[in-house]
Amino acid sequence: MSAVFAKLAHPWRQAGPLPGLGLTLGISLTWLSLIVLIPLLALLIKASGLGVHGWWAIASDARVWAAMKLSFGTALLAALIDTVIGGLIAWVLVRYRFPARSFFDALIDLPFALPTAVAGIALTAIYAGNGWLGHWLELAGLKVAYTPVGIIVALLFIGLPFTVRTVQPVLENLHREHEEAAASLGASRFTTLWRVLLPQLAPALLTGFSLAFARGVGEYGSVIFIAGNLPYVSEIAPLLIVIKLDEYDYAGATAIASLMLATSFLILFALNTLQRRLSRGQIL
Amino acid sequence: MARSSERADAAISEPRWLRWLLIAIAIALILIVVVLPLAVVVVEAAAQGWAAYQNAILESDTLAAIWLTLLVATLCVPANVIFGVAAAWAISKFRFPGKGLLLSLIDLPFSVSPVVAGLVFVLLFGAQGWFGEWLKAHEIKIIFATPGIVLATFFVTFPFVARELIPLMQQQGQDQEEAAASLGASGWQMFWRVTFPNVRWALLYGVLLCNARAMGEFGAVSVVSGHIRGLTNTLPLQVEILHNDFQTAAAFAVASLLTVLALITLGLKLWLERRHGESLARAARTH
Repeated sequence: MSAVFAKLAHPWRQAGPLPGLGLTLGISLTWLSLIVLIPLLALLIKASGLGVHGWWAIASDARVWAAMKLSFGTALLAALIDTVIGGLIAWVLVRYRFPARSFFDALIDLPFALPTAVAGIALTAIYAGNGWLGHWLELAGLKVAYTPVGIIVALLFIGLPFTVRTVQPVLENLHREHEEAAASLGASRFTTLWRVLLPQLAPALLTGFSLAFARGVGEYGSVIFIAGNLPYVSEIAPLLIVIKLDEYDYAGATAIASLMLATSFLILFALNTLQRRLSRGQIL
Repeated sequence: MARSSERADAAISEPRWLRWLLIAIAIALILIVVVLPLAVVVVEAAAQGWAAYQNAILESDTLAAIWLTLLVATLCVPANVIFGVAAAWAISKFRFPGKGLLLSLIDLPFSVSPVVAGLVFVLLFGAQGWFGEWLKAHEIKIIFATPGIVLATFFVTFPFVARELIPLMQQQGQDQEEAAASLGASGWQMFWRVTFPNVRWALLYGVLLCNARAMGEFGAVSVVSGHIRGLTNTLPLQVEILHNDFQTAAAFAVASLLTVLALITLGLKLWLERRHGESLARAARTH
């Protein structure tokens, strides 16, 4: 009983005699407040200063809606494709042995390391009408650069490492016994994959999807070069914020930014809840 | 015997032709999505020959951009190291209320668009921002100047070092530090002799990723920089300006510098994972 009271009375010093809690927590909280929290708070205060009507007047503008739909739509689609091809790549890298496997494995992280502006101009050069792939794709009737398809291509590049790198460790740690058991009970390989492996991989796939999506919604550098940035057609929401700022329209920029933040937090919260249910095995 | 184990393998694997088909698809995807952009940078940068390449890089605005990029990284990375080590120490060695919240707040910058990261500083320090009038009266420039670029970069790189250290230091617990304390070590001695040797590779890993992002950040910096040539352009912004000026070869020449940075980062990262993988936190591998 006294131990319980001690715990309640001293929630701050449970771990033992180590020094430095005050100093390190002080530094962390000060840094965090100054760099992240207060600036974000300024955004929220500015947004609430607009009032509901003022905020809605900006947020309901047709050009803003088009940009929001484009940003979230392309991010969802790209994250979905990345989940499929990322899952496939992770599977091949973990399960199969082939020449230069670790070389290809290492390359997966390139989008993390390559500055987005470089990715942007490189992808534009590849997919423009006179580019390496763009030339052939246009002959086939598909225009990629300066269209929403180009945005998806850029987001695919940015998001791929997120999906591969979340699925890979889970695949490595799967127990092959489950597959053996399923096989010995007469399940076909496909049934085993679908009914035994996929449910075990689902939480990681969803996490990778969420990470790729979160990154894709806000992505700016790699997208603006290849998008063409045509209002109502290929103008993403972050670009619209930049345009408002260039016009010194702080209120407009703030309203769009807060709308973006609120929408993506809602979606990420839903995905997070779904992910937790999946890992507890309540779905599938 | 051999036959039956082969059959067991076949039951939990795919037929040979399918394996090779999947391998081929995966390699093709990696080549198209990841390698092709790399190749295009090299080819386009070299397209006008060595002299043009040299001219593009030695041009005074580009040199100024290199200088500014190095300056920003030199300020951001140490600041992030201090924060990361402090946050990891507090979170891994102590229990206190609100720890979970603190952990999610540290990750917050990952889910905020870089453009919004720039915007928040404009709202605070811009001409019409909260402190705009005051800053103007005291002739201090933050937005459209180096301090704003540093702040915005700091925001987007905020979680990098902390995220590498926290899971590792949580795994390691506090037994070794407590032993050192019971032997009479001071806080600093404990940190330098016990904790630091345990986390130095993870710290280097975090520094590497933080540095790559600090030097390569585009969106956040673009919002606060004002794009003043030779003054407030970092290397990524210089790439954009050259690209918009239709100086494609020069844009790719500057981009190739950043690509080399990315490849060095990848190489060092790989070396750390191979050589010191056991002293990195596996859980923190995804960013």
